[in-house]
Amino acid sequence: MSIEKIDPKFKREIESMPGAERIRFCFQCGTCTADCVIARFSDFYKPRKIARMVQLGLKERLLSNDDLWLCTTCFTCVDHCPQEVEVSSIVRALRNLSVKEKRVMPSVYKTFATNIMRTGYVYLMPASRLKRREAEGLPPLPKSKVEDVAKLFEASGFSEIIESAESFEKVEVGD
Amino acid sequence: MSNLEYLLYLGCLIPYRLASYEVSARKVLCKLGVKLVEMPDFNCCGFPVAPVNYELALSLAARNLCLAEQQKMNILTLCNGCFGTLNEANKLLKEDKALRDKINEYLQKIGMEFKGEISVKHIVHLLTEDIGLERLKEHIVNPLNGLRVAQHTGCHLVRPARKVDRGDDPDEPKMLKDLIRVTGAECVDYMDEAECCGNTIIGVNEDVPFELAREKLERIKAAGAQALITVCPSCHMMYDFNQPRIERKFSEKFDLPVLHYTQLLGLAMGLQPEELRLNQLRVKPVELLKHINA
Repeated sequence: MSIEKIDPKFKREIESMPGAERIRFCFQCGTCTADCVIARFSDFYKPRKIARMVQLGLKERLLSNDDLWLCTTCFTCVDHCPQEVEVSSIVRALRNLSVKEKRVMPSVYKTFATNIMRTGYVYLMPASRLKRREAEGLPPLPKSKVEDVAKLFEASGFSEIIESAESFEKVEVGD
Repeated sequence: MSNLEYLLYLGCLIPYRLASYEVSARKVLCKLGVKLVEMPDFNCCGFPVAPVNYELALSLAARNLCLAEQQKMNILTLCNGCFGTLNEANKLLKEDKALRDKINEYLQKIGMEFKGEISVKHIVHLLTEDIGLERLKEHIVNPLNGLRVAQHTGCHLVRPARKVDRGDDPDEPKMLKDLIRVTGAECVDYMDEAECCGNTIIGVNEDVPFELAREKLERIKAAGAQALITVCPSCHMMYDFNQPRIERKFSEKFDLPVLHYTQLLGLAMGLQPEELRLNQLRVKPVELLKHINA
């Protein structure tokens, strides 16, 4: 790897994002990787390694690896870190940045975000299911105030990102 | 008794897929004297967009919190994901002024402001803290003696512990176990009880969550449990809805009924299986119902 591929300011960029503030305190003990449910399935997704790559500034390699999307957000790494580094929040920051800069995300998130923006809910509720609520004796589901939800998407700049973003289907894991 | 009034935040997955959880929860809570007020024009808690834009997720969560502030009521959730997201947003926005100012800028565009006046609870907290095990015991008319079950508390009810801040042990959760024992059923131990169901990544990769679920189902069966008890719609989907697919994929047979805790509690409180929508479970609890003579 050539030195030009290293971005020395990258860790500062990451630590300015909510939850990622303590990345500089990671001392590479490996507790996060040892306790991660995903680490054994992926050569890339080892939380300790990801934290080190952030500290080193390997931005390109981090943001372009699909395995970033394998974190289940179980937060075991956050609870067990002796340095109080929110490892999974750092992964979230990396995902957020990857979407913002590379404009690519797993298609499932594109669908989720689009559904929320259009209906307020993450799933498109079929009319039959809303009717079934009645049959079940359940109160009607309120209609979400879609125009307000859309304004929040607008304010965050995300409505524009959804329109221009590309998506990919699945993250493959090797055997 | 007067504090037993909550704004019910349903979220998306329960109305989309799991009427069995909603119906059983409402019936049980009604019997326990909890008054539920319907939440007006709520939106998704924000959890599904946190991976792609955390500030947007926080602002979606904050809009729901503002709706509750307007009603001057605390929020009750039935879903771990909704609880984790709304509770975390509530805590962060109360504590971090810079972040609150930023999110309030977004909210200003829809005429709202986060003030930090309410709290968020999951039904497990309501049953444990507001009603309490002793009072809950008084409602048990049909103790489920001799029934052996296992629990899966799920991640976002206990982790990250500093943000959840409810005193349960994130590595060996006890609240749900105690709630199960109140019904008269036995709650068995098994390996890695606090391990994630994996359902949050099922949209990008199925192999990993299916493998995780298979391991958990094997461990629970090995511990001799007759059913698995959940308190989250997402975990429930993983173990009940997907169980036949996991069985096919690995050529194994589990046949392990997965009940919402509210169904188990309802049975012990004397409600009928049909009232609690046990018939809507994918893995039919035939043997279990014979066992408890319901």
